[in-house]
Formats: sequence, C-alpha cells, structure tokens
Amino acid sequence: MERLPANPNSLRARIGREKVSYLMLAPYFVLFFMFTVLPVVISIFFSFTYFDMHSLPQFIGWGNYSKLLLEDDLFIIALRNTLILAVVTGPVSYILCVLFAWIINEFRGFVRALLTLVFYAPSISGQAFLIWSIILTGDRYGFLNGTLMQFGFIQEAILWMQTEKYVLPFLIVVQLWLSLGTGFLAFIAGLQTVDKTLYEAAAIDGVSNRWQELWFITLPSIRPQLMFGAIMQITGSFAIADVSLFLAGNPSVNNSGATIVTTLLDYGGIRFEMGYASAIATVLFIMMVGTNKAVQKLLKRIGE
Amino acid sequence: MSSGTNLSNKHYVLDPKGRPVRIRASKHNKVNRSPAGNMLLFILMAFCGLFMILPIVMIVNNSLKPPDELFQFPPRLFVRNPTLDNFADLFVLMGETWVPFSRYILNTLIITGGGVVGHVLCASLAAYPLAKRKFPGSKLLFSIVVLSMMFSWTVTQIPNYMIISTLGINNTYLALILPAWSFGIGLYLMKQFMEQIPDSIIESARIDGASEIKVFWQIIMPNVKPAWLTLAIFQFQILWGNTGGMFLRSEELKPMQFAMQQIMAGGAARAGASAAVAFIIAAIPITFFLVCQSSIFETMTTSGIKE
Repeated sequence: MERLPANPNSLRARIGREKVSYLMLAPYFVLFFMFTVLPVVISIFFSFTYFDMHSLPQFIGWGNYSKLLLEDDLFIIALRNTLILAVVTGPVSYILCVLFAWIINEFRGFVRALLTLVFYAPSISGQAFLIWSIILTGDRYGFLNGTLMQFGFIQEAILWMQTEKYVLPFLIVVQLWLSLGTGFLAFIAGLQTVDKTLYEAAAIDGVSNRWQELWFITLPSIRPQLMFGAIMQITGSFAIADVSLFLAGNPSVNNSGATIVTTLLDYGGIRFEMGYASAIATVLFIMMVGTNKAVQKLLKRIGE
Repeated sequence: MSSGTNLSNKHYVLDPKGRPVRIRASKHNKVNRSPAGNMLLFILMAFCGLFMILPIVMIVNNSLKPPDELFQFPPRLFVRNPTLDNFADLFVLMGETWVPFSRYILNTLIITGGGVVGHVLCASLAAYPLAKRKFPGSKLLFSIVVLSMMFSWTVTQIPNYMIISTLGINNTYLALILPAWSFGIGLYLMKQFMEQIPDSIIESARIDGASEIKVFWQIIMPNVKPAWLTLAIFQFQILWGNTGGMFLRSEELKPMQFAMQQIMAGGAARAGASAAVAFIIAAIPITFFLVCQSSIFETMTTSGIKE
C-alpha cells in the first residue's frame, strides 16, 4: 500500500517528533491533572450548587454568585478590605523583595548567607505572628502602648486590634514585615545565575553606578524570576487571611479585618456551605487572573 | 570569558579597540561600587535586620526560660536565668508517646524526603521541555499550571479528599507525597530558570550525541542548581508543617509535627516543653535552609550562566 509522504509540519508529525518531550512531561502532568486540575474543576462545579458537605450537591445555577455579588454585605466589606490590602502590600512587598534580594547580593560569603536567613526569618520560624501580638497588646504592657506612653504621645493604652480604624493599617504593617518570602528567595537564586561578565561590558558602555546597573543589566537578566515573583505576590496579597485571623480575630471588630479568604474559610470551614465557599474562591480566582495579566504586561517593560 | 585584568591594583578592562580602560571597582573585583555606598547599605541592612530577626530571637529565648519567666507579666523578650530544663522535659514527654517517638521521626523523613525529592525531579523533568522545546500544547499546559496556582487551596480540599479516597491511597504516605509531587510552584520556578540557559550549550551537547535525558541531567540541572535548591527549601517548609490532617489517621503514620503539636496542646503545665517544641519546629527548617543557601552561594560565586 502506498502512502503519501506525511507533511512534516502536520500536527501528528510534530507530536511524533516530540515524543521525548511528552514522556518527560508525563509523570508531573498525570499527577497534576489528578490532584490539582480535577479538584479545581470539581470546585467550580460546586460553586453552582448548594452543598453542605452532608447531602449531595443540588444544582442552583448562578444562585451563589448573585447572592454573593448583589446581596452579601459582608462580602462587599471583605472585597473592599482585600483590595486595599492587595493594592498597598502587593506592589510594596514586591519592590521590597527585589530591593533586599539585590542588596543582599552585594555582600559576600558568610554575611550574605546570614542576611538571607535574617530577612527570611519571619517566613520560616513558624510562630512569626506571636511577636506582633506582644507588640500590639491592648494594655499598657504592650510594647507599642508602653513605648508611646513613655514618650507621652498617648495618655492611655489603646486596644489596637479591637479599634476599627487601626486594624487595616496594622495588618498592612505586619503583612509587609512578612513579605520577604517565596519571591525573595527566588530573586536571591536568580541573581546567582546572572552572567558576571555582563557587568564589565556594561561598565565600558558607560554604566557608571550601581543603580544604572540594576535597571539596565540586573533586572532584565532576572526577568523570568521577576515574573515568577509577581505570581507569588499576587496569590499572596489577594489571599491575606492568617494575619487577620490571628491578630484581629474572626469575626473581627465590625468586620474591619475581614478579607475574601477569611470569609471563604468562614463559609467552608465553619458554616459548611461549600457551594458558596467555592463561588467565593472562583470570584477570587478571576480577580487574580485579571491582575496577573496586567502585571505581566508591566514587567515586560523593565530595562527599556 | 572575562576580560577583566588587574594591573597594579587598579581595575582595567580592554575596550573594543584593545586599549586598557580603568573602571571603578572594589578589591572584590566588582565594578561600579563605592565604599561609602557599601557602608551605607550595610547600616541599612543591619537596622532592618533587627526587626526581621525578632521571631527567632523570641523562640530561642523562650526555649531557655524557666517557668516563672515564661509566665512573667509583662512578658520580657530576653531570658535572665537560662536553663535547658525545657528540653529535658520535652525528652521525657517524647519517651511517653503512644507510638515510639522515633516512629514519628521516620514518618517525617519519608513524607518530607519523598515529597521534596520527588517534586524537584518531576517538576524539573517537565519544566525542561516546556522551557527549551517547542511542541504542540506547550503554551497551554504551562498556562494551566500558572492559573492553577491562583485557585484557593481551601475549597479544593474536599474534592482532593474524594480523589484520594477513590484511588485507595487514603491513610498511606502516598496521600501526602503524590499530590506534593505535582505542586504548581516547582514547575513554574524551574521553567523560569531553565529559559535563561543559552540554546547554544544545549545544541552543542546534542551535536555531541547526548540524549535528551543526558542533556537534562548533565547540562540543565547543574546550571539551575540555585533554582532546585531554592525549590527544595519551599517544599521542605510546606511538608514539614504538615500534620497529616485528614489523610493520615493511623497514629503509626503521623509525622513529627503532629506529635509536637500534641505536646504543645498540653496547656500551661507543658509551657516549658512547648517552648522547646517551638524551638525544634523552627530549628530544623532553618538548618535545612542554611545548608541549601550556602550551597547556592558556593556553586555560583564566580561565573553565573555563560555561553
């Protein structure tokens, strides 16, 4: 039987040529589809149902979404708080990560390893929030109250985390303090792979200080890491919850510390309304995807 | 190749016409650095560092405090009469656990070790074709991984439990290890680093007859060592913090973290032992972190990735 020679650019031919690629992908992606993609798809399905984790889910169409976006006042407060936290801590944390990773990379040997540990300490030491509950204790023995009273700035102790107007600002401070995490370490690692001869070449081309070097050489060289860090920053900033639960409690005073994820944990973990919790997760997901699109566009312009 | 040369303690490089040009460089051969700027940065870092190191300072001090200082009000950060009694108490408690404490340690080694090594290997192996080979579906697969990282982990727990039960791996180590192999973070991180490796070194290895697996193992992985060491740190932290939760019900399978948290849940009577537990829970990932970080700095000090 005679066959026409296969078109070397046909889809089948290209897949055949790349057999080795697919073999290398297989172990990861089989597990990934099973343990990540499938659960996400099932969760999105749950978001269109009423599901109390006891009886079978009942399909209710867009019911959860219309209730969430049109009727749920608490969600609107949580949405507002989340946006404030994300807009402030997201970009600031990100810039701090880049800046500190870069400065640490200026040092050598033992000092550099030590500084990396010192700045990563809040992310690795487990009980990191505990120190803030000591600082922010509402009586006069709290570190902040004590210091302010000693210098006469305030006359009596302030219940910091029980006073509505202070809750968000302190959550922002603590979150910034916690910000040197995943992205920061990825930048540290990325800086190690930059070709050092680029710097000498740049010096000949007229780059004359470390700031120009940062913008024209270093940042463009670690662009892939910057993109990775941006995703980690977005997922982190939109998902702020632990800090709020620990310092402001749940429910917080007048919901001043409520965020989308604390609301989600409330519905999913305490009220057993999994359908509604899944709808919250889906809305949050769409917000993050949109933000990511915009941020990746911005990052393409570094070093221009 | 470096064009830097040291002539009588001053730093010169050759310009395109071959004439030596002096550039600003410190004794460490770094260009464009002033000593005053270095000093300023060091002072800035030392000042900021004081705030960042507070949790470690607190954990170390608490673990050394005798009970009266642990309950002192108002609390003090620094210990006055340091003692190792808390650790002695903890070791006594460890001897009284339901299953021998060594069993918890073994479980942690299996779960954490298996989860870290497996994830680094699986994710790196999949990241290589995504970064360096063009094939149908590569862009789609990669964007699915990135998107998946943005979906809240809380609500996928229930479907995850259903899937793990269906597979019949509930209440085995695999219930924790297999999902850990496929976290999104590793694939994304490894792919970003592999993209930076110049195609020319891969091509020349292929021309020398190296198989793709050989290219991956002997060219790609050594060049992205900082990436997989960093990934190991992330993955270690995630798995180290896992108590087994709803997946491991048998006491013989539970990790050390679970046993430690049981000790901490003992209330005021165990405040001293809890402080010692907090120290150990922090000290082990920090040790792992330091080993990986120093290895990152050692391997890549001189060159970076070059053609």
